[in-house]
Amino acid sequence: MGGLQKKKFERGSATNYITRNRARKKLQLSLPDFRRLCILKGIYPHEPKHKKKVNKGSTAPRTFYLLKDIRFLLHEPIVGKFREYKIFVRKLKKAYGKTEWSAVERLRENKPTYKLDHIIKERYPTFIDALRDIDDALCMCFLFSTFARTGKCHVQTIQLCKRLTVEWMNYVITSRSLRKVFLSIKGIYYQAEVMGQLITWVVPYQFSHDHPVDVDYRVMATFTELYTTLLGFVNFRLYNSLNLVYPPKLDSNAESEPKEESEDDYAMNSESYLEKLSALSASLARVVSSAEEEEAQLDHFPTEGEDMEKMEAREKELKQQEAQKKLFEGLKFYLNREVPRESLAFIIRCFGGQVSWDKSVCIGSTYEMTDETITHHIIDRPSVDKQYINRYYIQPQWVYDCVNAKVLLPVEDYFLGVTLPPHLSPFVEEKEGDYVPPEKLKIMALQRGEKTGNEQEEEEEEEEEEEEEEEQEEEEEDDNGDEEDDEEEVAEEKNLKKMEEQRSQGKSLQVKVTPGKLKVENKARLEQEEKAEEKRLAIMMMKKKEKYLYDKIMFGKKRKVREANKLAAKRKAHDDAEKAKKKKARK
Amino acid sequence: MKKAGEKTALKRSKEEEEEQNQIFNFNRKPADEDKDDDLSDSEDSVYSGLEDSGSDAEGEEGSEEEEEDDDDDKMKERTEEEVSEEKKEDEYEHDSSDEEDIRNTVGNIPVEWYKDFPHIGYNLDGKKIYKPIRNKDELDDFLDKMENPEYWRTVHDKQTGSDIVLSDDQVELVNRLQRGQFGDVNFNEYEPMVEFFSSDVMIHPITNRPADKRSFIPSLTEKEKVSKLVHAIKMGWLKPRRVEDDGRGRYYDLWASEDSSILARHRMHLPAPKIPLPGHHESYNPPPEYLFTDEERALWEQQDPGDRKLPFVPRKYSSLRQVPAFSHFIHERFERCLDLYLCPRQRKMRVNVNPEDLIPQLPKPKDLQPFPTTQSLVYRGHSGLVRSISVSPSGQWLASGSDDGSVRFWEVCSSRCMKMVQVGGAVKSVAWNPNPSVCLLAVALDSVVLILSPSLADKQVILSSERLLSAQQEGEEPAEGNGSVVWSEAEGEELNQGVRLKIQHPKAVHQVVWHAKGDYLASVMPDNTSHLQVYIHQLSRRRSQNPFSRNKGLVQCVSFHPIRPYFFVATQRSIRIYNLVKQEMTKKLQANSKWISSMAVHPGGDHVICGSYDCKLSWFDLDLSTKPYKMLRHHKKAVRGVAYHRLYPLFASASDDGSVIVCHGTVYNDLLQNPLIVPVKVLRGHVMTHDLGVLDVTFHPTQPWVFSSGADATIRLFT
Repeated sequence: MGGLQKKKFERGSATNYITRNRARKKLQLSLPDFRRLCILKGIYPHEPKHKKKVNKGSTAPRTFYLLKDIRFLLHEPIVGKFREYKIFVRKLKKAYGKTEWSAVERLRENKPTYKLDHIIKERYPTFIDALRDIDDALCMCFLFSTFARTGKCHVQTIQLCKRLTVEWMNYVITSRSLRKVFLSIKGIYYQAEVMGQLITWVVPYQFSHDHPVDVDYRVMATFTELYTTLLGFVNFRLYNSLNLVYPPKLDSNAESEPKEESEDDYAMNSESYLEKLSALSASLARVVSSAEEEEAQLDHFPTEGEDMEKMEAREKELKQQEAQKKLFEGLKFYLNREVPRESLAFIIRCFGGQVSWDKSVCIGSTYEMTDETITHHIIDRPSVDKQYINRYYIQPQWVYDCVNAKVLLPVEDYFLGVTLPPHLSPFVEEKEGDYVPPEKLKIMALQRGEKTGNEQEEEEEEEEEEEEEEEQEEEEEDDNGDEEDDEEEVAEEKNLKKMEEQRSQGKSLQVKVTPGKLKVENKARLEQEEKAEEKRLAIMMMKKKEKYLYDKIMFGKKRKVREANKLAAKRKAHDDAEKAKKKKARK
Repeated sequence: MKKAGEKTALKRSKEEEEEQNQIFNFNRKPADEDKDDDLSDSEDSVYSGLEDSGSDAEGEEGSEEEEEDDDDDKMKERTEEEVSEEKKEDEYEHDSSDEEDIRNTVGNIPVEWYKDFPHIGYNLDGKKIYKPIRNKDELDDFLDKMENPEYWRTVHDKQTGSDIVLSDDQVELVNRLQRGQFGDVNFNEYEPMVEFFSSDVMIHPITNRPADKRSFIPSLTEKEKVSKLVHAIKMGWLKPRRVEDDGRGRYYDLWASEDSSILARHRMHLPAPKIPLPGHHESYNPPPEYLFTDEERALWEQQDPGDRKLPFVPRKYSSLRQVPAFSHFIHERFERCLDLYLCPRQRKMRVNVNPEDLIPQLPKPKDLQPFPTTQSLVYRGHSGLVRSISVSPSGQWLASGSDDGSVRFWEVCSSRCMKMVQVGGAVKSVAWNPNPSVCLLAVALDSVVLILSPSLADKQVILSSERLLSAQQEGEEPAEGNGSVVWSEAEGEELNQGVRLKIQHPKAVHQVVWHAKGDYLASVMPDNTSHLQVYIHQLSRRRSQNPFSRNKGLVQCVSFHPIRPYFFVATQRSIRIYNLVKQEMTKKLQANSKWISSMAVHPGGDHVICGSYDCKLSWFDLDLSTKPYKMLRHHKKAVRGVAYHRLYPLFASASDDGSVIVCHGTVYNDLLQNPLIVPVKVLRGHVMTHDLGVLDVTFHPTQPWVFSSGADATIRLFT
């Protein structure tokens, strides 16, 4: 035989993986540092196919990383920074212990910091990659920007998050890229289409958080560190793409305030400036002053030339999109103080509407409530004392529903104190066989422009018809009462007559011959049955593996159908109950 | 209060007083000084020799004065005094304690100390100040309060023991002070500030003091410090202060030059899946059908959080302002974070299969006709479950054996029971002799195999069968080698019913099978412990033999090869094929099933099907392999019987689930082509009784008809 004895676990998959602890030792990092490094570099564990082989015969639960990944981490400059920071902390502790305050001060001044720019560049080699992955970053930054300064994280982080999110929102407004919004019980979902990427983020409702104790804020902070860097660079690039000034500046021309204000901008406290920005009421300054006209053009038809050649469907979609972009153009909104101002202002401005609010609510209101040109007054209370005649008083859901429906919905359903129609998720795309709530069908009909405005009337008509029917029925019932009595009498008489006849004929009619009925064979049905049986027989001949797969698929399908049916049944029961209630109320 | 009064309104008088004070000091201090001098003098005189160096400056001064005294010039002394007076004057200027009592000179002491004296101190002249003669008591005070209009502005001075009536000015002053205003009415608090030290550089210096020398020469200490710092910087101990730049908030165009060099690493990278988008459930105002009913809610609460379909309960709020904060928002984000960096990622290939594609393409059953499709006749008459049926080779008669102890003969076409034979025991198996020239039926019950002559045929046939039965009778008396099987003639009543022969076995017989020629008959006595499980009887010679000397397992059923001298024995797990001529086993087929129930041999003899109690039907191609060519799992329950059609390419299987499945099984003469098996029909009709469905199945010898007998005591014909 000869040759060396082959040792176990020195080749194959065992050499491709490394356990977390060994990786940590190899990198000479503490566990929190290792964790932070993994977060920043986007390294995640791998599940080996043969766990036992990789685990050297043991079945103990372990986390495995790819050895290549860990080798890749070895050369990361940030690892050195982590070590430096460790040393800094040690020195600082020492200085504190010795009460050498000057040393402490000096050390603090030289606190080692690190930048994540190269990591961002490395993780997202192209801008589109970054955009694709920005969902989480946005969600996180929006969450952090709502934190109170209670020491759960650094104040600077909160401020930075606030700044970045405001910048993002301003970009979305300027580029008019918002597509869908959804009021969920968790928060408000927004979906924007930026450079062809659908980006979804969720913003919590404006309440203070009760911070859970079982959440590790260090992990969240590390993520936020990465995400703020990412979002900052993305914002910069996006602002550049629109020829906007970065960091954003309010457009001094558009501002109603005189010039002196804008000159003050530079010296103005950045926080108050940020507040102004976050009011989302003014447009942003552009780099090229003359760009305004071009931009206006661009705004309207940003990709006209290219799309002329594309398919008509696409064109149509684009047209629709364009229309959606100008959904609120020409409308003037006023937000009452109890509605979520930021969200509504953001949405309305995204679709070209004008918006204002009470001066005491927030900085940046542009016109008063008394303005006669206001078309929609968004209000969320059961009634209001003074109503202006020439404006609609509507509940905030109207705005969200309009955006999702891409048309201006009839305002009647959303008037003050009216029970709102259900708010549907715009993210659900019903496939064939799925349950579609009737409200969605209605909106789809509206979108197709079928019965704009008739819906309500129709419903009313239906109701009227129903009423009539009911009345008729009632009348009929009354009539029937009499008729039935008559009929019964008639029937009895007939029976009696028959009996008498039979008797007279001599009771010989026990056996009778009835004419045979021609069995009508439904050909289509027969064919169908035949086909079904054929299929059943063919299924019997399936191989075991395929049968299993087939059964699984069919089970899934059936379950879907069952769920849809259940929903439909529930809806029907509800509607019936409602109708009954109505009837009762009417009576 | 007194002090304040003096300070302001009576400024003038105060100044005068101070002057007086000073005068007083003039007068008094010299004496003190003298005294001091004397004292020190005396002390010096006492201790002069001992400690001259330890004496303080005062002492020295004193001694100097002494010397001067010794020299003694009156003028000089005068000047000395003046100097000291000047000093004293300075002291008193800053001393405020003296201003307190100017009327009473006792100093700042508690008044109680003078309680027992008639006076309360001394005035400026050193005269006693006497207390007022009569002390005011409460009553006096009260009367005073009532009567004296000046009472409210009267203040008791404890130091002098007298009452002072404040003047209007003084009252005004008090009021002003109480209001927090400046005491002097004429004082303007808000006079414009005169900036003496402004940013403007004056022509003239503020002081005319010449500059210090040290302001011209470089400092040595500073030089030392600087050199230390320089050294520290050189050695790298000290780092220059970093320029404060907010690196976090500074952004630039990171993707200005997009290069694909880094992309290589990202080939393996899996981007994290996005969070699923919310559905209608999550809306703050969902359609009513998405809300939970009470049961659903209860179920949701009972379920483990991991099993729940929705991680939250859908809620409906009538307006937006009523929507509260979502309590798990931070949690969800945190969990997402954990997912991002702790979850192993794997590319999962989702099979996107159209289920229709999975169904195999088989020839249409329509093209494979004829086969039985509908139930056309039901043979009723038995009262127990019908265990076994057999069709006569002519196809005209059907024999059935039931648990009610009877064997019935039916006319196939009319479903009429032509004959019934009571055999006195549950019939396990019936088998019609396949030879068309004889008309005999073998019936197995208990431990007996009966040979019946039903006499349901031409006279010719009946005669020939009688001849067959009686031939050996004449020839030779039974000379059996093994005495366990006893052949006997039927007599009396039985003979009238048609029973011709009785073959007594040592154990219960479960199955009888004829050889194709009709002379040999095999019977099965399943018994795990002995080798006496199968007997082969020769009818013409009334001989029985046990072909196997060893027990190879529990025999389930046996069958003869239709053409060649082979014998099939199905044990629990496998089928053995014996060559009867060579007396050896030729093949052992492994039926991958737990327990074989039945077996049928293809009329061609190259294929075998066997049904098993674990719902399977295996098709063996004897030329192909010892493993089943195909396993058919069509039945839901145990397969009880299988049968081949003699002419048509059909086979059927009967099962406990009450169905008979007819399959098309074409066998090609070309050895390379595998048999084509297509299920063509599922026949139902039997009613389940005692969890048993169809017990036996058999084909009509010439027509594509199939008979089935069931536990519901009926026999059905499907055509």
